[in-house]
Amino acid sequence: MTAYQLPVFIPFTYLAFAVLIPLVGLWKRKLSHPMAVTGSGLAAGLSLYGFAAYVNTGPIHHTFGGWQPPIGIEFVYDGLSAFFLLVINMVAFLVLLHSKPVAAREFRGKRMPFYSVTMLLMLGFNGIVSTGDLFNLYVFLEISSLSSYGLIAIGNRHAPFAAFRYLVLGTIGGSMYLLGLGFLYISTGTLNIIDMAAMLPHFAGKPPVLTGLILMTVGIGIKAALFPMHGWLPDAYTFASSTSSALIAPTGTKVGAYILIRVLLYLFGIESMDAVFKVSSVLGMLAGAGILYGSIMAIAQSELKRMLAYSSVSQIGYIIMGLSLANPAGFVGAVLHVLNHAAMKACLFLVAANLRFREGHSNIRLFNDTYRKKYPWTMACFTVAAVSMVGLPPMAGFFSKWYLVLGTIANANWVLLAVILMSSLLNAVYFFRVLEKVYMKNPDKESPAGEEAVVMNREVKPLMLAPVVILATGIIVIGIMNMSVVSYILKMFPG
Amino acid sequence: MCDFFLGHYSYWLTMFLLCIGLYGVLMKKNLVKKTIGLTILQSSIILFYVSIAAKWDATVPISDPSRPVTDASNYLNPLPHTLMLTAIVVGVATLGVAFALLMAIFNRYQSLDEQEILDMIE
Amino acid sequence: MVESFAPLFPVLVSLGAVPLIVASRNKPNLRESWTILAALSKFFLVLNLLPYASQGITVEAKIFEISPGLPLLLRADPFGVYFATVASGLWILTSFYSIGYVRGAPEKKQTRYFSCFAVCLSATMGIAFAGNLLTFILFYEILTLATYPLVIHKENKEAIGAGRQYLIYTLTAGVLLIAGTAIIYSSIGQIDFRAGGILGNSAFPSNMMVWVFLLFLGGVGVKSALMPIHSWLPSAMAAPTPVSALLHAVAVVKSGVFGMIRVVGYVFGTEVMAGFGLNDILITVSGATIILASLMAFSQDNLKRRLAYSTVGHLSYVVLGAALLTPLGMAGGVMHIAAHATMKITLFFCAGAIYVNLHRQNISDLDGIAKVMPFTMASFTIASMGLAGLPPVNGFLSKWYLAMGSLEGHMVVPVLILIVSGVLNVGYFFPIVHRAYFHRGVGLSGHGEASPFMVVPIVITALLSVLLGIFPNLFFGLFDIAGVVSASIFEGVAR
Repeated sequence: MTAYQLPVFIPFTYLAFAVLIPLVGLWKRKLSHPMAVTGSGLAAGLSLYGFAAYVNTGPIHHTFGGWQPPIGIEFVYDGLSAFFLLVINMVAFLVLLHSKPVAAREFRGKRMPFYSVTMLLMLGFNGIVSTGDLFNLYVFLEISSLSSYGLIAIGNRHAPFAAFRYLVLGTIGGSMYLLGLGFLYISTGTLNIIDMAAMLPHFAGKPPVLTGLILMTVGIGIKAALFPMHGWLPDAYTFASSTSSALIAPTGTKVGAYILIRVLLYLFGIESMDAVFKVSSVLGMLAGAGILYGSIMAIAQSELKRMLAYSSVSQIGYIIMGLSLANPAGFVGAVLHVLNHAAMKACLFLVAANLRFREGHSNIRLFNDTYRKKYPWTMACFTVAAVSMVGLPPMAGFFSKWYLVLGTIANANWVLLAVILMSSLLNAVYFFRVLEKVYMKNPDKESPAGEEAVVMNREVKPLMLAPVVILATGIIVIGIMNMSVVSYILKMFPG
Repeated sequence: MCDFFLGHYSYWLTMFLLCIGLYGVLMKKNLVKKTIGLTILQSSIILFYVSIAAKWDATVPISDPSRPVTDASNYLNPLPHTLMLTAIVVGVATLGVAFALLMAIFNRYQSLDEQEILDMIE
Repeated sequence: MVESFAPLFPVLVSLGAVPLIVASRNKPNLRESWTILAALSKFFLVLNLLPYASQGITVEAKIFEISPGLPLLLRADPFGVYFATVASGLWILTSFYSIGYVRGAPEKKQTRYFSCFAVCLSATMGIAFAGNLLTFILFYEILTLATYPLVIHKENKEAIGAGRQYLIYTLTAGVLLIAGTAIIYSSIGQIDFRAGGILGNSAFPSNMMVWVFLLFLGGVGVKSALMPIHSWLPSAMAAPTPVSALLHAVAVVKSGVFGMIRVVGYVFGTEVMAGFGLNDILITVSGATIILASLMAFSQDNLKRRLAYSTVGHLSYVVLGAALLTPLGMAGGVMHIAAHATMKITLFFCAGAIYVNLHRQNISDLDGIAKVMPFTMASFTIASMGLAGLPPVNGFLSKWYLAMGSLEGHMVVPVLILIVSGVLNVGYFFPIVHRAYFHRGVGLSGHGEASPFMVVPIVITALLSVLLGIFPNLFFGLFDIAGVVSASIFEGVAR
């Protein structure tokens, strides 16, 4: 297999396994989990190999069937794609590795379809990130969306309704994207990203192009949970099963952000985007509102997964704000935050999964300091991830905030600077509240005599613990070694 | 002014259809009606694409000996049609998933009214 | 300037001790010996750097880049070495004292206590040797994080509330620091600490100068306990006494005033400070703090709280010294860092010994204790004399230089403030001494001095204060180094 075929192999590994899992699963149900892990592991390994190949040789264009673009469809493996592929595949691998005991407990009879649909979901995400054709992107977008509706529906009693709401909003989003694409096609006559990007500067101010831009942005904004189109997210992440949340939360909205980056910065470019009115400012303001809204709502939550869901709304706001700043520092902050947030949120959702597995609930009000002794490693990883979300050094979260701050100052945007800084403090409120509950004795409650001694270590099995620890370690390492990532990201910045 | 409406009537009609669909999705309380609205929304977009493929005095894109292939204005643009084939399939699949979800919802809540279900969730 | 990894070792040595401390959690004596070993090695490593400091040579270690163009820079310049010597030297004494205290009290969770202490001192060394603002912020935030578990150590309602207040103040300060640093970096592209300041002859826009200074004032002002952002300090007295002693009389608050002098002398520079009237702001704030804190000390009956307000006042002595913008004033401020440290630590040690021994916290209960705790009260008396500015204790010397510095700058008001504050100091310390010696005690029979682990350090610090008052250069030539620091700040401007 040569590097030329990599852009195809990475998504289509998932397709192969999506078909294999039902075939093998009907014969031997227990094999579904190992197969899913193998599939995602293979894809993650290939992403790593491809990343190394990209760093050495450069972008890879794979044209399907020999039909040359712009007529034919091509997969483009450039810096941004390589980065995103690596991030989402590694996260998927770790989450799927973790999922075995959770799946056995939460949806025992439906494991085989679950893993198969997971493979389809990852196919969709990988396809979105790899493709160089805008309609092809829509197809993969819908593949991933349909799979995610299904995955979210496998959950507790309220999950199907949450999934239906998500379906309605998600389909509207996809349709808006498609309509916007139609307007762009009318104007330029092509669907290939690179080709259209070359043509758009000539048409930048024309009404169809503007309409297309806005429709696409709104449509993808729904998918990326940009405020105020985030309404589906809290319910969907809360009621879904632990594995689904842990899989979709770090990856789903990031892929939405990827599409926004591709469309706004690569396809349109900064000048074309702001040709008629300042789309970037509007985007920045919406993102800022989302950041504050998400943080404030998170403080009000008593259930851990719901709190993390609102926190995700806030964090995706950082990423979109970074991209709306349209300068190198903001771009670096946004893309670095994709990596950081994927690692942090995956770690946090997996911790929630571990707690649910052992305690049966993740209601913060019922947390108490026995958790510190019962789950020492899990809570330690939670602490690392929480400190990183607040943005304290030397964790990764500090550095993405640092670059975002530099980006807002470079644009002299003091409002957004204040928003970032205030949200760090708000994040501290809701995370430290959980840490207080877990690490300290409740001063109001009298502890009955003898209760101290009886708490044993009930830490989860290594299979569930290892991914959490790997992610937490990764957060620290990415923080300290952020220069290697940042120098790579700087080269990605268009123009 | 006349030309603004009559000259672009296909766009106006498809957008009108889109608004009907959007109205159905957002305003109706019954979940099945929402799904119908969704379908209308998707259909309007399909019509939009198909309408932009049309050209005056062009025929379907199947080779006709009496019209030379070298002149593109003889045949209408096949690309949007092919794109919409895919989109129709996507729409059907979405409808399928939606119905599956509706059945699961009905089994759990014995109702398909959004407000009633929200009350039951609280 | 010399390039060497020497500044890195003091930072790392106590970090390395942390796993050892945690591993030996079941063997108290072994665990404590790790702390002592780390403290001694740290002190000797810092002493290694003293010869360079007294000649004004800087030892630099560039670790690796943590942001494009910004390395993690540890630079042992005279000021950094001065602060590091004071902090690490006093840590040795505090470690011995802690052993006596936590075993005598007795306190729970001793492993957490000692390991957090080690991390705090590591962070303090990092702050002392930070070569640029980003490194400074990194270690500053780590210090906040590491001191939090120490503040909430007792885990009662008071401690948790104090911890929350501490976090709110310090995290907000951190956020302001980040904003200020990012603004300076965006404008002039560098954030190194350079004697004489970097904003002097640079491209920094004048209209932002005051705003950025205010950001930094808030940032370092919280830890310097300037009024009105000082209230976390009295609340933090809910921590065990050695924590209050070292951290809130030496490490945390001294990091704050250290940061203040860094900002005044090494970032802004004396010319910029004078040119924009920034020093007037600083003189007003610090002067008001000195007087108000001394007045508020009167109304406190709890001994530690009275000492806390006294600390608030004396920290502003240092800030005042910096704000005078004269060589003698600056030298006085730097000297007061060490002088106040030795004196205040004596007083806190005494308070702790009284608490462990007699379980008394309030001044009204301290009648006649000089009879049973002669060494403790004698040291207390010496230290309080020094704080009031009476010779031959070192407090007199630093106050003298501050007054001289004020006259050098043709300002009379600071001298008046210093005199009034001296009188107030006598006013709130004298009653304690009077009660202890001249009132009749109740319920004191059968008590003696506290454990030698505690009494010996008390006597040592008191003696240190006296010896440094009479022979300022006796230990490590600290007096000369203070002069070198001051000179470098004023010379640097002329460049």
